[in-house]
Amino acid sequence: MGEKIRKIKNILFYVFTIFSAVFGLFFLFWILFTIVIKGITNFNFQVFFKDAPPPGSEDLGGLRYAIVGHFIIVGLAILIGIPIGVLAGTYLAEYGKDSKITNIIRTLSDILTSVPSIIVGLFIYAILVKPFGSFSAIAGAVALAILMIPIIVRVTDDMLSMVPKELREAAYALGAPKWIVITKVTYRAALAGILTGIALAVARIAGETAPLIFTSFNNNYFSLDLTKPMASLTMTIYQFAGSPFKNWQALAWVGAFILTIFVLALNLLGKYIAHKKAHKMR
Amino acid sequence: MKKILDNFYKYLTLFAAIFVILIVLGIFISLYLNSKLAIDTFGFIKFALSKVWNPSKEIYGGLPAIFGTIVSTILALLIATPIALGIGIFLSEICPQKFKNPFSTAIELLAAIPSIIYGMWALFFLAPFVSKYIAPLFGAHTTGICIFTASLVLAIMIIPYIAAIVRDAIDNVPNVLKESAYGLGANKYEVVRHVILPYTKTVILGAIILALGRALGETMAVTFVMGNVFKIPQSLFEPGTSITVKIANEFNEAYTDLYTSSLFLLGFILFIMSFAFISLAKVFILKRKIKA
Amino acid sequence: MAYIVDVKEPLRLKVDNLNFFYGDKKILHDINMPIPKNKVVALIGPSGCGKTTLLRCFNRMHDLYPGNRYEGNIWLFEEDGKKINILDKKIDVLKLRSKIGMVFQKPTPFPMSIFDNVAFGLRLKGIKNKTELEDRVEKALKDAALWDEVKDELHKSAYSLSGGQQQRLCIARAIAVEPEVLLLDEPTSALDPISTAKIEELIVDLKDKLTILIVTHNMQQAGRVSDYTGFMYMGKLIEFNKTKEMFISPKEKLTEKYITGRFG
Repeated sequence: MGEKIRKIKNILFYVFTIFSAVFGLFFLFWILFTIVIKGITNFNFQVFFKDAPPPGSEDLGGLRYAIVGHFIIVGLAILIGIPIGVLAGTYLAEYGKDSKITNIIRTLSDILTSVPSIIVGLFIYAILVKPFGSFSAIAGAVALAILMIPIIVRVTDDMLSMVPKELREAAYALGAPKWIVITKVTYRAALAGILTGIALAVARIAGETAPLIFTSFNNNYFSLDLTKPMASLTMTIYQFAGSPFKNWQALAWVGAFILTIFVLALNLLGKYIAHKKAHKMR
Repeated sequence: MKKILDNFYKYLTLFAAIFVILIVLGIFISLYLNSKLAIDTFGFIKFALSKVWNPSKEIYGGLPAIFGTIVSTILALLIATPIALGIGIFLSEICPQKFKNPFSTAIELLAAIPSIIYGMWALFFLAPFVSKYIAPLFGAHTTGICIFTASLVLAIMIIPYIAAIVRDAIDNVPNVLKESAYGLGANKYEVVRHVILPYTKTVILGAIILALGRALGETMAVTFVMGNVFKIPQSLFEPGTSITVKIANEFNEAYTDLYTSSLFLLGFILFIMSFAFISLAKVFILKRKIKA
Repeated sequence: MAYIVDVKEPLRLKVDNLNFFYGDKKILHDINMPIPKNKVVALIGPSGCGKTTLLRCFNRMHDLYPGNRYEGNIWLFEEDGKKINILDKKIDVLKLRSKIGMVFQKPTPFPMSIFDNVAFGLRLKGIKNKTELEDRVEKALKDAALWDEVKDELHKSAYSLSGGQQQRLCIARAIAVEPEVLLLDEPTSALDPISTAKIEELIVDLKDKLTILIVTHNMQQAGRVSDYTGFMYMGKLIEFNKTKEMFISPKEKLTEKYITGRFG
């Protein structure tokens, strides 16, 4: 009797876990399938060359302005975020190590990773938009950089800490000063791991919308002025998906398709770097 | 000269590290300062408990938004946790070896999809699905723009986070432990139930709290399907609002200082909530480290 | 009591009443040891006896970690007749380390090409001229008996080499800057017997050019490569003598016990 109950429980357990897996896959495929189908059926190469169409017109128009804006904002965020993140991570792993202040910074950085991104948007609004009186691409980039920094701090800290101390000692033994040891030896040894982290961090910020709403805002026209509102793919999707116009909705799907491919490719790139590294170093 | 460069690099990195502290402090201070007007006008507690949001009369209260945030987050966790546990267990204990990697990658991709995409998909597909197939099961009518749909899309978003951590935690259970249980004649369910889950429970709890933090602060996935109706819904199939939805929808249109300040105060409340949960998660993770 | 043989040959290094502490813990006790020029000196003893700690005093490796304290002197007698105290707080440690090279237990190739590994120390010294770099890298690799194996793949990653080759690369990297002393910390303990034999051969060849201190847990190795041997036990130098003398007729009871394998 007890045997039978045990068996039944085990079978139910299998059923439940397999159901969960199917549930997860079901939604993944549903979402991906939707994005791909909607993206491809509405796709036209003109989206890379044309700008937003007037609402309700027959023409699909294009997303050139949003794609360019997106690259500018994300690119600027990378330029701000990577050096600060890598340097701060370097301090934690190479100079601060396990001191009290270092651990406080570690904790704060981890907390920053989990701060809702819309809050970061409010923060940047308060310090970069309100005082200057205008939404700007720069404000958007800084908001994204802030989201990216703690991720890079963490990964740099972890990856540098994993570099064997013998490797550092070998460099010191040749008479190298600390900053040379760090920049020429430990960075290189940790490079693949840090690059993986950077790829994932870029993937994360590239898909963000909430922090841009009150910072870079949006713009229906092509603009390269960093001090003015600038369009981004995500904000454009946000605007167009919620609109009642068919051609805008179609553009939103195409934008979603492009964005998803970009973000997933960055993720796979990150995984690939990590994987390759694992093979090389054994 | 050498010494100068060496020190320069040290202080450069120190400066960057201090910058991280400044960001966190800056967020806290700027949110507080900008919500001060609303706090002074309504009082922190009264604001949090008031159900009125009337821009024309300049009266603001946060309860429906706070309520919506909490309810949708809890419901999302209730849906996501068992499923994510199931997926994590499936991935590390049941899935045939050759499918493990592609399946793991698929789950991780689910986590990587931008939240605006979830939101858009939810608006066009999940909401009609809820309206047509799920709500009738409970005898409810809805357009699909409701708390339940918002919770469901949040759940779908956080499942991969929890599942990935659960998988890693289970993969790290020492084999001898599992083998000794199998050696006593235990079946898979019993090994998972009595050996693996107890061994990994703190990590799993930490993962759930982290996911909770994510769900609390999520904006784009829910903004299309929550409805932004400022009331406390009587049923899960009615529209409502949340802190993030309120801020995202109204911040740029807020036309008075008090209006803006009240939205900042909502943000401040959200920040405190997520801060509290993250600290809690940290405590759990720290505890585990001390034990190990 | 300790037995320290009186060395008649000219010295490269002289350890003079050395005590070493980590925090409150005294690790090395009152060490006195002469190290003759162009000889190989082996340090042996059971694990935890302090031989590696002693070795790492010579290039002030302990300075990298907090809580270290040295007492006493280690004199370095340079070619030009100058003598400097290695433990002097005021000396330039970086410069010191370029005079005293070190090779570690496990191979530590840097994550860069074979060429860049060997050129690392040279570049630190400010050598930028390409032909000079190439010449000196080639010379170092030849001296480390690795040139023939790698001359066609200098720009490949150092990780592509085998463990034994990597260790010889590390030796080449250390000797490229032409140090006066080379410290070897159990350099063959991670290697197979054939690679070990090659490195031992190399050690003997290298002593024409520099003075070598080698820590080893392998007494046969000490016997094969060294001219002098120091036996350490619990942070003290128990006996220091010509290797042959020590292995044939140890002067101290402890030494005898250790080399005849009747220990612990």
